[in-house]
Amino acid sequence: MHISRSIEILVGFFVALGFVAMFFLSMEVSNLSSVNGDDGYDITASFENVGSLKVRAPVAMAGVNVGRVTAINFDPETFEAVVTMSIEARYNQLPSDSNASILTAGLLGEQYVGLEPGGEEEVLEEGSELELTQSALVLEQIIGQFLFSSESEEE
Amino acid sequence: MTETSPLIKIRDVHFSRGSKLIFDGVNMDIQRGKVTAIMGPSGTGKTTLLKLIGGQLRPSAGFIEVDGENVHRLRRKQLYLLRKKMGMLFQSGALLTDITVFDNVAFPLREHTNLPESMIRHLVLMKLHAVGLRGARDLMPAELSGGMARRVALARAIALDPMMIMYDEPFTGQDPISMGVLVQLIRLLNDALGLSSIVVSHDVKETCAIADYVYLVSGGKIVEHGSPAQLAESDSEWSQQFMQGMADGPVPFHYAAKEYAKDLLGLEA
Amino acid sequence: MLSYFQRLGATSLGMFERLGRGSVFFVNILLSIPSVIVRPRLLIAQIYFVGVLSFSLIVISGLFVGMVIALQGFYTLSDFGAEGMLGVMVAASLIRELGPVVSALLFAGRAGSALTAEIGLMKATEQLSGMEMMAVDPVARIMAPRFLAGLISMPILATLFSAVGVMGGYFIGVGLLGIDEGGYWSQMQAKIDFSQDVVNGLIKSVIFGWVVTWIAVFEGHDAIPTSEGVSRATTRTVVHSAFAILLLDFILTALMFGDI
Ligand SMILES: Nc1ncnc2c1ncn2[C@@H]1O[C@H](COP(=O)(O)OP(=O)(O)O)[C@@H](O)[C@H]1O
Ligand SMILES: [Mg+2]
Repeated sequence: MHISRSIEILVGFFVALGFVAMFFLSMEVSNLSSVNGDDGYDITASFENVGSLKVRAPVAMAGVNVGRVTAINFDPETFEAVVTMSIEARYNQLPSDSNASILTAGLLGEQYVGLEPGGEEEVLEEGSELELTQSALVLEQIIGQFLFSSESEEE
Repeated sequence: MTETSPLIKIRDVHFSRGSKLIFDGVNMDIQRGKVTAIMGPSGTGKTTLLKLIGGQLRPSAGFIEVDGENVHRLRRKQLYLLRKKMGMLFQSGALLTDITVFDNVAFPLREHTNLPESMIRHLVLMKLHAVGLRGARDLMPAELSGGMARRVALARAIALDPMMIMYDEPFTGQDPISMGVLVQLIRLLNDALGLSSIVVSHDVKETCAIADYVYLVSGGKIVEHGSPAQLAESDSEWSQQFMQGMADGPVPFHYAAKEYAKDLLGLEA
Repeated sequence: MLSYFQRLGATSLGMFERLGRGSVFFVNILLSIPSVIVRPRLLIAQIYFVGVLSFSLIVISGLFVGMVIALQGFYTLSDFGAEGMLGVMVAASLIRELGPVVSALLFAGRAGSALTAEIGLMKATEQLSGMEMMAVDPVARIMAPRFLAGLISMPILATLFSAVGVMGGYFIGVGLLGIDEGGYWSQMQAKIDFSQDVVNGLIKSVIFGWVVTWIAVFEGHDAIPTSEGVSRATTRTVVHSAFAILLLDFILTALMFGDI
C-alpha cells in the first residue's frame, strides 16, 4: 500500500512539534534549565528546627537562587535536622563561615534557605558544613513568646 | 499422497454454535481439478463449512484434511502457509475498502512476496485482465457494482496462484448477465489454472451447469451427493425438493413453531 | 431478589470474561509489534490518522483551556494579592492534570471512536476474515500499527496541549490582565519541577494513550459484526475510555503526588 509523501512529511512535522513542545515545557516552563545536573557541590548545615522546609526548596544568597535543598535528615545524636544543599558549581567563591537561616518567602509563602556571606578567605566546597545557622521561625512559638512577655510586663 | 487422492477429506465433522448444533457428522471428499458444489438451504452452515476448511473455525469432533494435512492440527505458521494455497471468495467480496482495486489485488502479493513494484504491476494487471476488469484498476471498492466487486475479489483470490478456490454464494444477488459472467469465469479459471473449486450456492440451475459433483446439505448432514445428472434423476425427496425448488418437503417451509391454532389463541402448547 | 443477584453475577462474570479476552488480545498485539517495526510505513500512516488528524482539536482546546484557567485563576489569586503566581497555577494544572486528562478524553472521542468503528466495520464486512484467509494476520497488519500509533501520538498530543495552554494563559495573564511578564515565567520556572511535574505528566499521558488505544482496538475487534454491534462498540469505547482515564488519573495522582 502506498502512503503519499505528504503524509510522511505531515507525520514528521507532527512528531517534531511534539519535541518542540516538550523542549518548551522542560526549558521555559520547568526548572530543568536551572538544575544543572550533578555538577554542583553539596554542603550541609544543622538546624534546631527546619519548620516546614521541603526537599527541593531553593537556597538563595542575596535573593538569588544559588542551589537547592537535596535532603533533610534527622541526627539522632544531636537531635538536630541536617539539611543537605547542592550549590551550583559556578558559585564556588562563598566564604566558609557563611551562615544559613531558614526564611519564609512572603507572609505565607514557602520556606527557603537563605545564606549570608561571612568574611573568611577559605571557601565552601564539597562536604563543607555551615557552623552558623538560624532555625525557622515557628509562628506559634513567636505568638506564644509575644503573649508571654506582654503578660509578664503587665504584672 | 497420490494425485488422485481427494484434495479435501472431511470426516465425521461435528460443530456447534453455542447450543445450536450445525454439523452432526459430515463426510465429504473434494476431488482435485473438479468443481464441487455444496448446496443447501440458507442457514444450514455452508459458510461455516468453508470457514472450517480454512481453519478459521475448529470442529468439535472429526477432522478435515487439505492436501494431506489436518487443518486443525497445524501450527499457526503452517496454517498460514496452507492458506496461501487456498483462495476464498467471500459472499460480500470482502475487499479492503480504503484502497483501490489495483491495491486490493496487489495486497496478497505485497504481503507475501518481495517482488519489485514493476513485477507486481504486471501480475496485478494480468489477474485483473483474467476477470475482465483491467480498466477498473483505479476505482475504489465503493464505486464497483456487486458483480464487479466479486470479480475483483476473484482476481485477488488467484493472485498467489492457489491450488483451490472456495466460492461462497458467488451468484446471490447478481443480475443475469453478471451471473453468467461469474459462472463462466469459475469454470474457465478452474480449467485454465488447474484449480480445484468449491462452489457454495443455492442457485440450482447455474451451479449444476458448472459443477462436476454436488453435495446437498441439510439439517447438519449430507442428505444427497452425486453428479448433477444423478441428482436430477434421483427420486429421493431431498433432491426433488431442492432441485425443483418446492416450498414444502423434507425441508419444512415453517420454522419450528407451536401449532398454528394454539398460537393464534395464545394458548400454551 | 434471586434474579437480581443472578443478574449481578452474570454481569460481573461477563466483565471478567471481557477483561480476560482483552488481555489475551493485548498480548497478541505485543507479540505482533516486531512485525510493525520492520514496516514503519504502516505505522506512519496510522500516526497520521490517529495523531495528525487530532492535532487541531487538541491545539485549539489546549489554548482555550489555558486561557480559562488564567481568567479564573486571576480572580481567585488577586484576592490574595498573589497574581504573580498565575503562571504557576496555569502551568501546574495543565502539566500535571489537564494536559494529560483532557487531551486523553478528546483523543478517545476523536481517534478512539474512529478506530473502533473502522475495525468493527472491517469485521462486519468480512475484511478481517478475508485477510485471515489470505494468510495475513489482522492483528499484526491492522491492530498493532493502530495501537502503536496511539501509544506514540498520545504523549505528543498531551505535551502540545499543555504547551499551547501555557501560551494561552500567557496571552490572557500578561496580555489582557497586565501581569508582569517576567514574573509569569520566572515563578513558573521556580515552582514547576521537571522530574516531578513534567515527567509525571508525560508518564500519565503514555498510560492514558495505552489504555484508550487498547480499549478502542479491542472493542473494534470484539464488536458484534452488525451495524448495531459496531455502533454499540463505538459508544463503549468512548464511555469506557473516559471512565478508565479518570480512574487511572486518580490512582496515578495519588501515587505520584501523594507524598508531597
Ligand atoms: N458468528 C456466529 N455466531 C453464532 N451463530 C452463527 C454465527 N455465524 C453463523 N451462525 C449461525 O450458524 C448457522 C449457519 O450459518 P451459515 O454458515 O452462515 O449458513 P449458510 O451460509 O448456509 O447460510 C446459522 O443458523 C447462523 O445463525
Ligand atoms: Mg452463507
